Amino acid sequence: MSVIEDDDREAAIPGQRPPRASVGSHRIEEEVFGKAYDPQTVRRIWAFVHPYRKKIYLSVAAVLVFTATQLAIPLTIGWAIDGGMVAGGDTANLLWAVVAFGVAVLLNFGASYVQETQVGTVAENVLFDMRRAMFAQLQRVSLSFMDKTEVGRLMSRLQGDVNSMQEFLETSVISVGDIVLLFGIVIVLLTLDPWLGLLTLVTMPVLFIVRIFWLPPAKRAFWAAHETNSLTNGAMAEGINGVRTVQNLERQKVNFDLYDDKAYHNLQTQLTGSKFAQVMVPIVDSLTGIAMATVVLVGGSLVLNGSLQVGVIVTFLFYIQRFFDPIRSLTMQYSIMQRAMTSGRRITEVLDLPVTITDKQDALVLTSDMDGSVAFHDVVFGYDPNRPVLKNVSFRVNPGETVALVGPTGSGKTSAMALVHRFYEVQGGAVLVGGHDVRNITQESLGEQVAMVLQEPFLFTGSVLDNIRYNKASATRDDVITAAKAVGAHEFIMRLPQGYDSQLEQRGSNLSLGQRQLLSFARALVADAKILVLDEATANIDSYTERQIQKALETLLEGRTGLVIAHRLATIRGADRIIVLQNGEKIEEGNHDELMALGGLYSRLYNMNYASFDDIPEDLVAQANAKAAST
Amino acid sequence: MITLKAGRDRSRGDARAHLAAVHAGKGRTPLVRISIFSLRHYWQASLAIGATIVASVLQLMIPRLLGHAVDQAQNVLSAAAQGAEQALFWTAMTLLAVSVARGFFTLVQNYYSESVGHHVGYELRLAFYDKVQKLSYSYHDRVHSGDLITLGLLDLDGVRMFFSTGLVRVVLLAVLIGVGAFMLFTTDALLAMLALSFVPFVAWRSSAAQLTLRATWLVLQERLSVLTRVMEENLGGIRVVRAFSGQKFELGKFDAASKAALELAHRRVFIRVSNTSMMTFSFFAAMGLVLWVGGNKVIAGEMSVGTLASFLTFMTILQMPVRQLGLMVNSFARAATCGERFYAFIDEKIEIEDKPGSVPLAITQGTLRFEDVHFTYPGASHPTLTGVSFEARAGETIGIVGAPGSGKSTIAHLIPRFYDVTAGRITIDGQDVRDVTVESLRRRVGVVQQDSFLFTTTIENNIAYGDPWAKETKIEKAAESAQLHNYIVGLPAEYDTVVGERGVSLSGGQRQRLAIARSLVTRPSVLVFDDSTAAIDAGTEHRIRSAIRRFAKDRITIIIAHRLSSLMHADRILFLDDGQIAEQGSHEALLALGGRYKALYDLQTRPDEDIEIERAAQ
Ligand SMILES: Nc1ncnc2c1ncn2[C@@H]1O[C@H](COP(=O)(O)OP(=O)(O)OP(=O)(O)O)[C@@H](O)[C@H]1O
Ligand SMILES: Nc1ncnc2c1ncn2[C@@H]1O[C@H](COP(=O)(O)OP(=O)(O)OP(=O)(O)O)[C@@H](O)[C@H]1O
Ligand SMILES: [Mg+2]
Ligand SMILES: [Mg+2]
Repeated sequence: MSVIEDDDREAAIPGQRPPRASVGSHRIEEEVFGKAYDPQTVRRIWAFVHPYRKKIYLSVAAVLVFTATQLAIPLTIGWAIDGGMVAGGDTANLLWAVVAFGVAVLLNFGASYVQETQVGTVAENVLFDMRRAMFAQLQRVSLSFMDKTEVGRLMSRLQGDVNSMQEFLETSVISVGDIVLLFGIVIVLLTLDPWLGLLTLVTMPVLFIVRIFWLPPAKRAFWAAHETNSLTNGAMAEGINGVRTVQNLERQKVNFDLYDDKAYHNLQTQLTGSKFAQVMVPIVDSLTGIAMATVVLVGGSLVLNGSLQVGVIVTFLFYIQRFFDPIRSLTMQYSIMQRAMTSGRRITEVLDLPVTITDKQDALVLTSDMDGSVAFHDVVFGYDPNRPVLKNVSFRVNPGETVALVGPTGSGKTSAMALVHRFYEVQGGAVLVGGHDVRNITQESLGEQVAMVLQEPFLFTGSVLDNIRYNKASATRDDVITAAKAVGAHEFIMRLPQGYDSQLEQRGSNLSLGQRQLLSFARALVADAKILVLDEATANIDSYTERQIQKALETLLEGRTGLVIAHRLATIRGADRIIVLQNGEKIEEGNHDELMALGGLYSRLYNMNYASFDDIPEDLVAQANAKAAST
Repeated sequence: MITLKAGRDRSRGDARAHLAAVHAGKGRTPLVRISIFSLRHYWQASLAIGATIVASVLQLMIPRLLGHAVDQAQNVLSAAAQGAEQALFWTAMTLLAVSVARGFFTLVQNYYSESVGHHVGYELRLAFYDKVQKLSYSYHDRVHSGDLITLGLLDLDGVRMFFSTGLVRVVLLAVLIGVGAFMLFTTDALLAMLALSFVPFVAWRSSAAQLTLRATWLVLQERLSVLTRVMEENLGGIRVVRAFSGQKFELGKFDAASKAALELAHRRVFIRVSNTSMMTFSFFAAMGLVLWVGGNKVIAGEMSVGTLASFLTFMTILQMPVRQLGLMVNSFARAATCGERFYAFIDEKIEIEDKPGSVPLAITQGTLRFEDVHFTYPGASHPTLTGVSFEARAGETIGIVGAPGSGKSTIAHLIPRFYDVTAGRITIDGQDVRDVTVESLRRRVGVVQQDSFLFTTTIENNIAYGDPWAKETKIEKAAESAQLHNYIVGLPAEYDTVVGERGVSLSGGQRQRLAIARSLVTRPSVLVFDDSTAAIDAGTEHRIRSAIRRFAKDRITIIIAHRLSSLMHADRILFLDDGQIAEQGSHEALLALGGRYKALYDLQTRPDEDIEIERAAQ
């Protein structure tokens, strides 16, 4: 047996990062920004907008009105000027022009109000709907997917991605307006004066050519900024979630430096991104300048010819100033659209997650009058199908019986229990509950009839009462108290500041682990199920409390089936039968006395439980080691 | 495939240098503090602000020039054609030059204000991360991690963006309106007053809106974090949800939280939109007035068309910033709320810190002593430890047993100062743990925690977490001692296997063994196993213990366990009852005492039912 000889931590090499350290993940998930338009994704997004389409139509109409007024305002001004605005001219025309202006402004006001409120609320609704759809889907997908996926990554889809969809929706209606405005301006300019109009528009192609060169590197820069940002945020989330361990192992300095690397890298990519985003500004402004200079020069000479009125020049100049606004916002819209497409794809990915475990059409509803038996028939199961965790395991638990599962760590006990609940699908054989294959039972009714105390207690933020009651709405306060008393939790709950209404912090961190386990035990009792699965339910509880619980349960669980996993063998002494698992195989089965007489793994483990280690004969240890070494 | 590798740039100084600056202006309002912090990047900030001023002045020249152009065009018709054309040419050229220059200065303005924002963001992130790591357990006990994440993402962003979306816009608007007003007033006072008549209205609206928006923002943030919590806990506790078929119930929780947030989100839209539309409307109304009054003036021969045109163009220039005023108001409201929350976090008192003048822990004999230790968790109504005293010398093993909640983990957490004692003291070789540096203390005290957190990285990195420079052999040895090596080498990727979040892809016992290996690598002088073999069978545990025994020769080992076989060989066993040591002694002595330890032992060894009766009789 080996021992660590080195005396302390290895010395750090100054200026370098440790070889085996990282914060957050380095996995890059997103592709480089894809197409700005992906029909498939758009169709899926549209499905969410569809229920609100009336509002969308309304706001598109409002946008059109709004744009028309935007177009009309310079026109009325030009009109006012040309309509006799010279010294000694007619005020009647001016009056009409101002009235027209007033009407345009009122329409503008109304339209912008309608459009923005409609779009704004629809975008919020769509955001919440999408989030709900994803959340609902995540309630259905199998645990094998959830095991592999970090909560943070899902959260970023539930939050970040829906937000960029919302941003997209809010701006997309506006960009409809922008496009209309752009075309409107072009048309107005061309009708006002085709020549001058054409000359002004010459600048447009230049802009497009510039964009062609600008786009690819800019896209890459934006992507890098976005990506390094989410990596940095991932590292931050990890730092928050694991902070206790970080302090425990004094990793603060190393982590700070590693985090600094990520944040600094992000800073640099952000700066590059800004450069790319801003470089377009002087280009657009210069083109505006060229267009204006052209109008002044050419327009001036046209006025000289007498073929143009001054008011037209004013109108032109007004329009040119407004002309580049939509182009600018469309450029922005383009990257929003790209981001939205990526987000849309990520959202649809979640929505399309295969639900591998579903209820059959004619699935049975398990009721509480079922017999409560559990049977494994040649069950083969592995998280990775090539590496089975359970190998041809068969056993039967009769109604009302309590059966214990024991075995070395990693032998597959928890996995077997997960199958009773159909958390995963077996690869071979079948698991029967109440005489029915679990695949033929509705998952909901299965969950109602099988209550579990999981190896890892998990509590929600909220009151003690709500935690114990969980989803059993019919459970009264008295039911909760009865359950808490049965598991010996009543006493400490009453000592909390507000008794049963005391708030638990995240994951119950203001309770001791044993207390958390007691609450999760009580929660399983309140569920009032026919079958009770206890996976190390009392591992963190002293034997005295455990004994009390066992006593209390004797009456409480009369006629119910129990499946108990324990490493402390005293816990399972009272079991009707004991099944010994090793390496995913059932190697022994029988009651305590039978197994002791058999002299196999169980009896060795049992003896080790009670003998002082110095008393254990070395050959016994060696034997046990040899047997268990492979687990 | 593009790779994103964070390389370290040697040329930059130590990032810790930035940390102190975040405390500047403590006690002032958040907006002041944000401004002080942002303006530290003075040359970038001055470039941004300088460029903003130049760019807006240039922008104001455009209406002037256009006005000239219009007048000149009219002159072309009337008088000296030759000179007018010449003048028109120069106007056009100036217009071009001004536009190009304006573009350039706008670039400088935007780039540097964003750059200030990014630098501020970078520094705030570091300050935030540092603070998260420094705040002690009691803070993290009461603050939900989801709320902290929101703080580090959204609130930080609100603060970061304040310079570019708030401050710079103020300058921009002030220059545009200030200089513009001056130019207009010198041209025509009446018309200027009309042109700017919308300003007071807009100012009033925006400050009113700022207040309501801010209030809405706070409540919305609150509701969104409830929603986040619901989602996060649902995903984190997915096994519980599934085990109880709680999906519908969870969807109900989600819907309730979601609805509450949505309502407010809608309200915010209405506040924001009615605000911006009103502002735009007031602006256009002013424009209409200018058109009417100005038009009359032109007709009366008191003003040239060009002047009127330049008034109107000036107003179109203002149109954009006026729209942006809404955004600016938003940015102020956001920065104020976000800043308040963010700085409250930054100013949070760090409970466990080095005392001034504290020295590193010096271990000579290696004796740990609890002297009449009392402890009450903050906010708890009941003391957790009352008068705990014991001593442990190097090479000794101390066992602790007791009912759930009796205070065992609390004892473990007090040694490395995760919490500070309420009364009494804990010493190592005579040095009060509060008098030595926290880092040196924690490096010598290792705690295998009861619910250990594993990181989503390789097994190797997890084991080396406390000693990331550890050599491979050291890591393997630790894994061997923890009886995990054989399992690891059986995996396809061996030590490079990534363990799922919090170790989901491992069995309970494997997780615990990984946590043990992780603590063994650091080779502390005091090693506490807090119930860390509960999910490990007796056989494996025995092998772990014999592997560690040699390691533990000159160290203190404290074993907290419920299975008595785990600690019966300890030199001394403490039987803890409600925060007090009820019995203390070796296994044999305690058995001979015939007290509660004995009763516990009987429960675990004798299958008899009569133990309860014995115990009840006591
Ligand atoms: N979600 C998972 N994904 C992949 N592998 C897993 C997963 N859960 C468990 N395993 C592996 O399956 C094997 C059996 O694990 P299981 O949790 O069933 O063991 P166990 O008997 O409950 O052990 P323990 O007593 O330590 O809790 C282990 O080798 C474990 O690493
Ligand atoms: N962070 C906390 N905030 C408030 N109270 C706490 C906190 N942690 C523990 N407590 C309370 O302090 C008491 C002692 O808890 P401790 O974790 O030390 O118990 P323990 O002996 O380790 O129990 P277990 O065997 O269940 O692990 C319990 O009543 C518990 O509810
Ligand atoms: Mg298990
Ligand atoms: Mg504990």
